[in-house]
Amino acid sequence: MLYSLIILPLVGALIAWLIPGDRLRPLLLPLFGALHTALTIGVLIITPLPSPNDWIHLDALGKVVLLGISVLFLVCAVYAVGYLGYRRERSNRVLCAGLLICLSAMSLVCTAHHLGLLWVAIETTTVSMAPLIYFNRNARSIEATWKYMLICSVGIALALMGLFFLAYSTMVAGQEPTLLLEPLIASARNLSPDWLKAAFIFLLVGFGTKMGLAPLHTWKPDAYGEAPGLVGALLAGGLVNCAFIGIARIYQICTAAGNPGFFLDTLLIMGLISMGFAAVFMVNQSDFKRMLAYSSVEHVGILAVALGLGKGALFGAIFHLVNNGLTKGVLFLSSGNIHRSYNSKNTSQVKGVLRRLPWSGGLFLAGFFAITGSPPFSPFLSEFSIVSSAFHQERNVTSGLFLLFLAVIFIGMASTVLPLVSGEEPAEAVRTPYRDRLLTVGPPLVTMLLVLMLGLWLPEPLRRLLTDAAALLEVRP
Amino acid sequence: MSSFADQLLVLVMLINFAVLGSSRIALAIRAVAAQGVVLGLLPWLIHPFSWHLLAIMVGIILAKGVLIPWLLTGAVNKAEIRRETEPFVGYVTTLIIGALLTAFAFVFAGKLPLAPAHQGLLFVPASVATVLTGFLVLTTRRKAITQVIGYLVLENGIFIFGLLLTEAMPVMVEAGALLDLLVGIFVMGIIINHISREFSSIDTSRLTTLKE
Repeated sequence: MLYSLIILPLVGALIAWLIPGDRLRPLLLPLFGALHTALTIGVLIITPLPSPNDWIHLDALGKVVLLGISVLFLVCAVYAVGYLGYRRERSNRVLCAGLLICLSAMSLVCTAHHLGLLWVAIETTTVSMAPLIYFNRNARSIEATWKYMLICSVGIALALMGLFFLAYSTMVAGQEPTLLLEPLIASARNLSPDWLKAAFIFLLVGFGTKMGLAPLHTWKPDAYGEAPGLVGALLAGGLVNCAFIGIARIYQICTAAGNPGFFLDTLLIMGLISMGFAAVFMVNQSDFKRMLAYSSVEHVGILAVALGLGKGALFGAIFHLVNNGLTKGVLFLSSGNIHRSYNSKNTSQVKGVLRRLPWSGGLFLAGFFAITGSPPFSPFLSEFSIVSSAFHQERNVTSGLFLLFLAVIFIGMASTVLPLVSGEEPAEAVRTPYRDRLLTVGPPLVTMLLVLMLGLWLPEPLRRLLTDAAALLEVRP
Repeated sequence: MSSFADQLLVLVMLINFAVLGSSRIALAIRAVAAQGVVLGLLPWLIHPFSWHLLAIMVGIILAKGVLIPWLLTGAVNKAEIRRETEPFVGYVTTLIIGALLTAFAFVFAGKLPLAPAHQGLLFVPASVATVLTGFLVLTTRRKAITQVIGYLVLENGIFIFGLLLTEAMPVMVEAGALLDLLVGIFVMGIIINHISREFSSIDTSRLTTLKE
């Protein structure tokens, strides 16, 4: 079962590569997306046994992320059929194959319990996404792809160094060197503390680059700004969650080693810096796709703060992972529609979206309210549980800064989004053949309804899954 | 045997300087290739023979010594560039910084709490020095291709540290890592081609359209 989650999308990628026609090929995406989601639901109901050497092992954290990625991919896959209908001028072979390879690698990230394998999978997601960012084939997108590829490759290489340090810390402790998660957690107290700290820093820098924690986020606005909407959605809702798993695994080991103060504080500070950076750059942002990138920097910051707080905030962190992924899906897909219709992503040319594209404009507006933590959407609940945990732990500076940044970001984002959706269309605005259709509006609409539903009612099995995943990260005294 | 390994590691560190000092890109590519081959020979000297080890060695020499240089040379020929002109920092300066970084690597490695078996060996200082050299090349050069060379030097440095832990890295993972590196370089090569077509140059300081 678990292997088929990884192999199935690869088969899809191979078929996508072999099919000659650009018209039929995009249909493979929803087909394999649906199969993947069905398999995912299957493994959530009946948990398969881990592989004999425990390399492939689906735990609660992996399940949450796998579910989020699978649903987001399916949504993006359906959208892709509509989107690629407007992009007949160029071949979609690389795009379709790359998306499916990335899905396979992301599934492997969710199930890998051997940290070396996890690293290989995360690196594969990086490489397979690079050609997709370059889909538009112009000077701006090549620049974005180059920055993404070089910065993320160097980051991931540093994460490998961190893994070596981790394995070395077992060697210094006189044990058999290993990179399997369970033995590392079990023997964490014996590991050499200095090497463990070094490993943590390198892994945080490495996976933090991939996740986009400030100040390592410099590739993010460019890549998110230039990539097609559906690729942006998968970068912000899929790859971010994969990098989070990388950080969560090292977090599990480091906090099991005793004296977690150093690790928690580092994450907390890095998270707050990310939120601060996002708040500064969000104000006066005239490119609405870049604005979404800074919103992503903000939310990975929130995730890092929640990990740094620990205890009650962990449930919020895991819940926020799901909420952020889905809401980013809505925002990127609807912003892709707006971009297509106006042929511009600058707020000086894009105005009055609600008049021209009532559906896409409405979804973008709703997504904006959701991502900034307005009730009744689900990100409100997860952010609220993180802040209330901070107050509960009497971390007043942290919670004060957290709320301040959220407020600044809300105002900054509103000053870009509200003029964009409301008002009159400028007379010189370009008209393109794009119209809102079921295939390009339906997927973000369904996602938005999911975000709303999770905000009003969290199904019991899902709540249990989130609690189990948070319990995995619990700091044991 | 370990003294011979140490001599090879000195060679690796000398190659770092060859990369830092060469303005001709073809020479820099050959230097990195040579570094890769030397690294491919090292496992054989420090670990007892096994098929696992042999597979890794063949893989490394093929990937780092043959395939990657071939991909890079192809990219250079298509983009028609020969030299790194006007780096951000001059060659003499980078060589001096490189020497300082190498000295720092030795001091730093001396202070690390190493496992008793690895004390006094050159692996850790060579690894740190090579990683730092990679960073130096990445940050001081303008051309996309030399930045890729810097990334490769960085990767080689990390790899030297990994040699101490071959037991922890199973063949599957090693192979996956090498494959990822290879595909990554392949993709970078394609991007370099497109950059040179789009900008008629692979000078990355021209990539400045996207900023705040």
